Amino acid sequence: MLVPVQERLRLDIEKWITQYGNDRSSLIPMLQEVQKKYSRISEYAMQVIADQLSIHPVEVHGVVSFYSYLKEAHKGRFEVRLCRTIACDMAGRDRIAQQLRNELGINFGETTPDGRFSLEWANCLGMCDQGPALLVNEQVFTRVTPESIHDILARFRREMDINVFQQAEEH
Amino acid sequence: MNTMKTNTNHLSFSDIDKDAGLKKAFSMGRADIISELNHSGLRGRGGAGFPTSVKWNLAAAAKSDQKFVVCNADEGEPGTFKDRLILAEFPDLVIAGMTIAGYAIGASKGIIYLRGEYSYLRQSLEEVLARRRAQGLLGKGLLGKENYAFDIEMRMGAGAYICGEETALIESLEGHRGESRNRPPFPVDTGFRGHPTIVNNVETLAWAACILAKGADWFKAMGTDKSAGSKLFSVSGDCERPGVYEFPMGVTIDRLLEAVGGTHAKAVQVGGASGHCIPAAEFKRTLAFEDVPTGGSVIVFGPQRDMLAIAKNFLEFFTEESCGQCTPCREGNEKLLEGVRLLEAGKCSMTYLKDLCALGETMQLASKCGLGQSSPNAFLSIVNHFKSEILGRKAAAPAGR
Repeated sequence: MLVPVQERLRLDIEKWITQYGNDRSSLIPMLQEVQKKYSRISEYAMQVIADQLSIHPVEVHGVVSFYSYLKEAHKGRFEVRLCRTIACDMAGRDRIAQQLRNELGINFGETTPDGRFSLEWANCLGMCDQGPALLVNEQVFTRVTPESIHDILARFRREMDINVFQQAEEH
Repeated sequence: MNTMKTNTNHLSFSDIDKDAGLKKAFSMGRADIISELNHSGLRGRGGAGFPTSVKWNLAAAAKSDQKFVVCNADEGEPGTFKDRLILAEFPDLVIAGMTIAGYAIGASKGIIYLRGEYSYLRQSLEEVLARRRAQGLLGKGLLGKENYAFDIEMRMGAGAYICGEETALIESLEGHRGESRNRPPFPVDTGFRGHPTIVNNVETLAWAACILAKGADWFKAMGTDKSAGSKLFSVSGDCERPGVYEFPMGVTIDRLLEAVGGTHAKAVQVGGASGHCIPAAEFKRTLAFEDVPTGGSVIVFGPQRDMLAIAKNFLEFFTEESCGQCTPCREGNEKLLEGVRLLEAGKCSMTYLKDLCALGETMQLASKCGLGQSSPNAFLSIVNHFKSEILGRKAAAPAGR
């Protein structure tokens, strides 16, 4: 049976509430679950979570807008985060950045039109001894070279093709 | 491509039986654990250097039906990655340290606040927690103490540097924006959900477990009078062997640079973006709370580095990571960054540079929390030591942002 996305989201949130509890301190873990599964936190999701935790939705929005890992806008299935902080900067960050722009055809802060990749800056990934470093979702890549960018992205492109039917839908 | 091998020297943590300290602690009285720690002289390894035993003692003395132990694994300081290595290779020591802390202050719950950027460490940590529960080292009645229970939960950060500050971390745990609190009250009285809470750095907890295992005298024999013990340093930048190195506190910068192959450096940044820039002329200085204090980050700058570009990188970091709560930090960092852009364009007078430095000093005094108070440090120390390098430039620096 076809379940509308909003309905599915609501059911998911209700499931996570039973897991984390309805205390305010569950808010960030809840938002992280939504972000992970739906690639964004929509106004609807914020409203449902607010209702469940008995707080005003603006409280939820305040939190979403504060943390760089929580996003209201649509993000790509794979979020590429290039470390821009000092050690990676010194290790050749600018050339990696340029090659990422070339390979993805987008700038930092943007998402590819097919919804596969978003490109973001990150502040210190803690890989300072092995820079330049980047994250693709939770996976870390170190000592990245302009040449290796293509292969790193190709891996995730392939994964995307296999899982094409599991894409996060509009909601 | 995805090599995670970290260079290290010999680390004391690898010599320690990981649960010896825990077992010893559970055979001792609570007050005796804290007094052993007090005797060791252990001070917080995250950077602030607050005496660990004092923190534990205050939380132990506080009256409450619930207390919490928080492991601060929100290692966001640029140039710091020692906790990444500790969490990956010595997780049992950290968890043993938390369990000892929990027992010593009478807490029943611990929380590991792991930064979102380290999500790939989460699963292995969860596995260690599960194994320790199965071994009877966590949970109800652990180590034969039938009336005592202590368990640990993982919480993930969401990409905010400020959450490494302990009150901002607690705000985040409670489901709020990571905005630091006014103090007092301190977390040892009024912490997570209003209960007494100790927040300790990953490395501090691991050392606490080692001290209980090997005794306070073993720890005290290393380091200096005011900075007891040994410390892990995260070394990055222009050197041959960047990595995680253990040295006794009080090691000179010279000695550390020799070990990592960075003796040609013209300066080092000690303490990350919030730390100080030390020029080569001062490499005889020591890394210790009484001289150059640090959470362990040492970034090496080779002779070819443009110090202004470094100041710019740090200020870009702070304009991004300031939580925006207080004016000196939110606006001050923007003004300093503007000043760096003027310097880059060769359009900054000495008078204006002095105004910028005065602004930096105001930020140190007037900001609400450690982030703002320390954010101008790098700028001020670079200006102080490298004036002739940064003034009177011909044109804008080439590096595009």
